[in-house]
Amino acid sequence: MKPVLEISGVSKSFTMHLQGGVSLPVMADVTFDVRAGECVAIVGPSGAGKSSVLKMIYGSYGCDSGRIVVTHGGEITDLVQAPPRQILALRRETIGYVSQFLRAVPRVPALDVVAEPLVALGAAREEARDRAAAMLTRLNVPQRLFGLPPATFSGGEQQRVNIARGLLPDYALLLLDEPTASLDAKNRAVVVDLINARKRGGAAIIAIVHDEDVRDAIADRIVDAAHFSAAA
Amino acid sequence: MTDDAPLLSVRGVTKWYGRRLGCRDVGFDLYPGEVIAIVGESGSGKSTLLRLLTRQADIDAGTVSYRMRDGSLRDLSALTDAERAVLRRTDWGFVHQDASFGLRMSVSAGGNIGERLMSAGARHYGDIRAEAARWLARVEIDQARIDDTPDTFSGGMRQRLQIACSLVTGPRLIFMDEPTGGLDVSVQARILDLLRGLVVDLGLSALIVTHDLGVARLLSHRIMVMKAGEVIESGLTDRVLDDPREPYTQLLVSSILPA
Amino acid sequence: MSAASYNFAYLDEQSKRMIRRAILKAIAIPGYQVPFASREMPMPYGWGTGGIQVTAAILGPDDVLKVIDQGSDDTTNAVSIRAFFAKVADVKTTTATADATVIQTRHRVPETPLSDRQILVYQVPIPEPLRFLEPRETETRRLHALADYGLMHVKLYEDIAHHGHIATAYAYPVMVAGRYLMDPSPVPKFDNPKIGGCAALQLFGAGREKRIYAIPPYTRVVSLDFADYPFERYRQQGTCALCGADDTFLDEVVTDDKGGRMFICSDSDYCEKRRETASAKERPHD
Repeated sequence: MKPVLEISGVSKSFTMHLQGGVSLPVMADVTFDVRAGECVAIVGPSGAGKSSVLKMIYGSYGCDSGRIVVTHGGEITDLVQAPPRQILALRRETIGYVSQFLRAVPRVPALDVVAEPLVALGAAREEARDRAAAMLTRLNVPQRLFGLPPATFSGGEQQRVNIARGLLPDYALLLLDEPTASLDAKNRAVVVDLINARKRGGAAIIAIVHDEDVRDAIADRIVDAAHFSAAA
Repeated sequence: MTDDAPLLSVRGVTKWYGRRLGCRDVGFDLYPGEVIAIVGESGSGKSTLLRLLTRQADIDAGTVSYRMRDGSLRDLSALTDAERAVLRRTDWGFVHQDASFGLRMSVSAGGNIGERLMSAGARHYGDIRAEAARWLARVEIDQARIDDTPDTFSGGMRQRLQIACSLVTGPRLIFMDEPTGGLDVSVQARILDLLRGLVVDLGLSALIVTHDLGVARLLSHRIMVMKAGEVIESGLTDRVLDDPREPYTQLLVSSILPA
Repeated sequence: MSAASYNFAYLDEQSKRMIRRAILKAIAIPGYQVPFASREMPMPYGWGTGGIQVTAAILGPDDVLKVIDQGSDDTTNAVSIRAFFAKVADVKTTTATADATVIQTRHRVPETPLSDRQILVYQVPIPEPLRFLEPRETETRRLHALADYGLMHVKLYEDIAHHGHIATAYAYPVMVAGRYLMDPSPVPKFDNPKIGGCAALQLFGAGREKRIYAIPPYTRVVSLDFADYPFERYRQQGTCALCGADDTFLDEVVTDDKGGRMFICSDSDYCEKRRETASAKERPHD
């Protein structure tokens, strides 16, 4: 079976026009793939470009060259070439992204932040809210916070809202950027369970995880960012 | 959703004011449910473009086509004035920075909302009033203010009233020109949240002209960056803002004050 | 030597021809305001210069002219205009509605039904019904062109919102032949039903604003309203103190400084005719 994600020969640099057009190479010749039901952990020192790889897969960063091919439901899409609408459709239906920091809309309550991707996929709002509430409860987010906007939450609470939002829909491809960084042991264990459940459900997962215990618990393979870091 | 047809299709739109360029060779497709932000500094041509697209001014070259409700794509230049007027008062909505462009300041809030309904043929006072009250609630204006005129409203309330007036006829496309310009930050947040919710709930398409990249990030799927009358960069909102290519875009992005 | 040093009916023939062309166009497009080159008349604007020019343009030597102001034949304005045409056109004048071929009016439609041998000429101060809602002439013309009349209903909506009913009592807007929104001049809305389906040709002249519009005979004229707030005629409750009519538009007359008052028919000719008929019936008992 074709991998869900195939990255080949991807390179990326930033041209800093405000600094006299200096070009900052970030990575070169990134090549790896991720299969359904598999979790690949990206490791490497800070600044190696681990988060940048996730952003390129998600489409937040453009690529200078190479291919990022997502195969899902019979559709094969090269994200490097895909027009914005196609990337948006993939984000809605195929790719979940749990970023390090939650970028939430002011005034939108946590419950709706989590339920929103389900609603975008066509779920009824009430049903989406019920499922969102169950997910938040599982992540030990107190119910009294459900109706409040996450901007006022602690770092750990925000991260759990972010995880709930990313893990609730059945995305075929999950991008996790330090999903457990600011969680205590109990909640880390919940997140590990959730991730492994999604693996069993057939999701292809890429995770950046510093915590070696978590990494050992979820990762099937390791990709070392040092191999493709242009700074190296 | 990926194979549906564009709602608004713009090709090679160019406008000169004498020897001064309004905009040059602007082209894009806006799809149903999609929000595009047009960003750039004052004088970059973004408001001009909005006026051209809504045919408040004639274009020198290019075409602007719109998907009518019957599914046909029509060149706006080929429509009669009457057909364009019907589009403007039913299928399109407008939110202006200056509320006095979009509202009749000496007509009650209910009358302002009702005007578009009455233009569309509504002739039952009770129904019109009930609909106006429903929309006031939806945009979070106390229904007790239904008979008050907008000149007694705060800036934020006026913007919310404009939104209600625009949406009451169930339009498919909203044009917004700096919808939160000149408002307090807290008031802005409330309006942006309201707009965002309405756009999602009603499946609206929108074109938002703004110089505020925060507004663009919050509301839009795609961004077009304009400079000196031309679109110099466009793409996914987060890609343009997080990985800007053009020197001017990088300057814009780096000019945001951290919150 | 001829006594008159001016043309028949005061205006020169070229001016009359120009006004007639405007009138013909107005009749062809019921309710549409036709611009015309309004002439200076020997009286100030506001005295009916629009109506007078229309009358001058259509008057022939055999016509019989009646002039009313607020329903009355004997107010200053009516007397002056009647005397003016008696002098400059040498036409017969009358106060009897039924005898007149041309009736020039300010602010009323006669109570006596008009016939297809008559023309009613209205004096119009402000021809544009949307003027107070939209001050820009360019914009009101656009609204007329597009038949975009939601704004007029906004006015009626505001009436109901603020007063509980449609408070507009005169110059009540109408749709003419299903196309043009029209100001029937400041007649009381009591008269609106008489304007629609009227057998007589109705011409409207606005001298200061230089507009002529028309309603051909038997034209459908609908007063704007809402389904749940239908158009209602309004008259003072009461009967005429002179003729006893209980179905006419009444004027209130203050009779002393102690609060005494009475109501009499606004249409003085109609009131007189009723009294003559009544006394004729009573005579055999004398």
